[in-house]
Amino acid sequence: MTTIVNISRRDVIKGVAGMTGLVLGFHVGSRVFPFAEAATTTATFAPNVYLAIDETGLVTIVAHRSEMGTGIRTGLPMVLADELEADWARVKVVQAQGDPKYGDQNTDGSRSTRQFYQPMREAGASARQMLEAAAAHIWSVDANDCRARSHMVVHVPTGRQLSFGDVAKVAATLEVPSADHLELRFKPANERRYVGKPIPIVDLNDIVRGKATYGIDVVLPGMKYASVERCPVYGGKVLNFDAADALKVPGVEQVLEIRATPVPSGFNPLGGIAVIASNTWAAQQGREKLKITWDFGPNASHDSSAYRGQLEATAKQPGHVVREQGNVDAALASATRRISADYFVPYYAHAPMEVPNAVASVAGNKCETWAPTQFPQGARTTVAQVLGLPVEDVTVNVTLLGGGFGRKSKPDYIVEAALLSRQAGAPVKVTWTREDEIRHDYYHAICAQHLEAGLSSDGGAAAWLHRTVFPAIESTFQPNVTYGSAGELQQGVTDMPYVIVNVRCENGPAASHVRIGWYRSVYNVPHAFAVCSFADELAHAAGKDPVEYLRQLLGDPRKLDFAAMKVDYPNYGASLDTYPVDTGRLRGVLDLAVRNSEWGQKLPPRQGRGVAVHRSFLTYVAAIVHVAVGDDGQVTIPRVDVALDCGLVVNPDRVRAQFEGAAIMGIGNTLYSNISIKEGRIEQSNFGDYLVARTDITPDTRVHIVESDAPPGGVGEPGVPPIAPAICNAIFAATGKRIRALPVDPAQLKAT
Amino acid sequence: MPQIRINGVQRDITADPQMPLLWAIRDLLGMPGTKFGCGIGACGACTVHMDGNAVRSCITTLADVAGHEIVTIEGLSPNGTHPVQRAWEAGNVPQCGYCQPGQIMQAAALLRQTPNPTDQQIIDAMSGNICRCGTYLRIRAAIKSAAGSVG
Repeated sequence: MTTIVNISRRDVIKGVAGMTGLVLGFHVGSRVFPFAEAATTTATFAPNVYLAIDETGLVTIVAHRSEMGTGIRTGLPMVLADELEADWARVKVVQAQGDPKYGDQNTDGSRSTRQFYQPMREAGASARQMLEAAAAHIWSVDANDCRARSHMVVHVPTGRQLSFGDVAKVAATLEVPSADHLELRFKPANERRYVGKPIPIVDLNDIVRGKATYGIDVVLPGMKYASVERCPVYGGKVLNFDAADALKVPGVEQVLEIRATPVPSGFNPLGGIAVIASNTWAAQQGREKLKITWDFGPNASHDSSAYRGQLEATAKQPGHVVREQGNVDAALASATRRISADYFVPYYAHAPMEVPNAVASVAGNKCETWAPTQFPQGARTTVAQVLGLPVEDVTVNVTLLGGGFGRKSKPDYIVEAALLSRQAGAPVKVTWTREDEIRHDYYHAICAQHLEAGLSSDGGAAAWLHRTVFPAIESTFQPNVTYGSAGELQQGVTDMPYVIVNVRCENGPAASHVRIGWYRSVYNVPHAFAVCSFADELAHAAGKDPVEYLRQLLGDPRKLDFAAMKVDYPNYGASLDTYPVDTGRLRGVLDLAVRNSEWGQKLPPRQGRGVAVHRSFLTYVAAIVHVAVGDDGQVTIPRVDVALDCGLVVNPDRVRAQFEGAAIMGIGNTLYSNISIKEGRIEQSNFGDYLVARTDITPDTRVHIVESDAPPGGVGEPGVPPIAPAICNAIFAATGKRIRALPVDPAQLKAT
Repeated sequence: MPQIRINGVQRDITADPQMPLLWAIRDLLGMPGTKFGCGIGACGACTVHMDGNAVRSCITTLADVAGHEIVTIEGLSPNGTHPVQRAWEAGNVPQCGYCQPGQIMQAAALLRQTPNPTDQQIIDAMSGNICRCGTYLRIRAAIKSAAGSVG
């Protein structure tokens, strides 16, 4: 249900400059506010998007989710414009500031489209109907005879037309029907102009001209530039420092301390010594001259190699049971064949091409920031809290993001800028170096897993034991967190989709020694790697073709019954009725990938194909990867076929782009990337030693999309998880060597 | 006081000659199209042209560029009409877009020197430019489609 109130006569849209004419604010049924209260106090009537149509007919749509490359800044406005019957060429998209009046703005979890597809349709449809009603008022005719068509309203019986601009002027003066009186009519699918069509992103031309504005590009009058030296160990703090030499560097103006936040530091800054200068380079030069004595704190002995050993040992022990059916121990004991394997995935850093950065200006008791942030409201509340200001006195402007991947959902770098601006008495831009980004990240969780299965005499799987051990993301926010949450364990553990009678999934404890954070597809990365690799191991053990064996494991189409399994399954925050875990759709993408790839066709020696299928973020994905392994052990990837079922597709070109890119990130995770830690210090520093995929490894990636009118699922993340297991399964097919630890070590794959 | 010629204009800069060109372009000249990515010449985000050749501005000092002609993404063409820019648009290459000015400058330099590059020549020329969004496939296709039209 949508409530609509005409707010164009109230001064509540200061955030959207120059909007006149018809302005609709609305909110969605899940967030119900009393209408009377909403009519008098705009602060509690928190609309999740604004639409404005001015007298010239210019349609302004507010993008309230952050653009980090998914195309969401184009996709959601497309949905609204389509229902509005707006001409896309006359639509302007403006970016929202961080404000709860827009609803949820936390752009993570691949949920923008699924959460806001329907609200955007309602926004567009309701505005269209109001324009039709206004035209009917002007003509003194029945509104049912008036229809919006491509930026015009047409009186169908006579063919008279009025432009949106002309109608908007009148519509703004009319009473708006309340939700109870407005029956929304949605356009039938075959009348859609934009949804389902490959529309270029709104920023395309700016990007290719170098005119697109990212956070790092923001400049304010009188702005200073800061570079911050942080303790090399998480949880450390400054004991004392000497800034004399730093202050001698030309351009350096001040040296300021940011107080350390005790662990777990959450969204707050790590703390450190900031050099404030007249340009970025001077700040970096000054920083190199700092002399700092650190108290390295509680994590100074953290060693990722030793820690890996602890995680692996824990995975050998019984843990908390998070899913159980049948009797796994008995089934394993009586199995014809018993298979076990241990898998490992390291820490990763996000490494978005745009490093964390922010501009802040604290003046009087107000703070305004400009930053590439996935989480503008979180940035606003954190800045307000740290500065001791009311939230209303903090303004967070959202720029384009030069990549996010989860890093920019944490606003620590924005808080740094705010603290420094207050201390420096001037606007300050904080720019992390690449070394800062690699060494002070919120790392993707390191993870060790132990799997066991029992095969019956026909090769079928009769028992499945899966233990996973990893530091939890909640450990970054709360002390003494050692177990994963249901939200983490749903990502490839408790949703194991195979038809196996005896199943037990367990989670063992792991203390945390670095900041752990969301990284594109999150815990699906290690879990899909283990589960989809292990399925392949079982296929080979059973002497079956891996695709055939997967089909057998998936069984007849069914929906996982988590209630019956007594599994706490958050389903990525979505309803299981609307978004069940449907093995039929897994089978569907598997079959689509197989049909479009060359699965089963002969390959030369040391080449092979691997398959994996995984659901994450409500979307079903299969990958078939063709690899070639050189005699030197180097892996090349001639081709990747990805089949996906994300339900309704808003912008097919951007969906393809996301899955092309996810394949590249998956390849980087599999073949190259690795964060290791000694004495609490990250051993990598920059792209010379923190390796990511480059163009030379890029496969011929073919994306195959299931046509569907099911509710939209996620797109940004689900393409990543099946890539690593599909690559490693292909390596096994090519060489007979099973990769169970990432990244792949070419030395293990040399021809003998 | 270093002088540099950038996008056809002579500019005086008050700065240490050892300052990397990148930070002079961005912070002193106010041209933010050239991006910071790594500071060690390992990612290509800061790529500009020096006398028509692609260089990493993060490891090129103001002293290095004295007497040379620098072109940034802002000066590659009037209104983004360079064949490489047009090919980038036609192929819907960018995702987040942050690395793309560097990719475009690298590709434009490649095509100026090698108007019809082979696949391997494209890979060799573009391997120094990282795109974390993973647009490599479309970058290669766009370079192919622009090939032959850059002279």
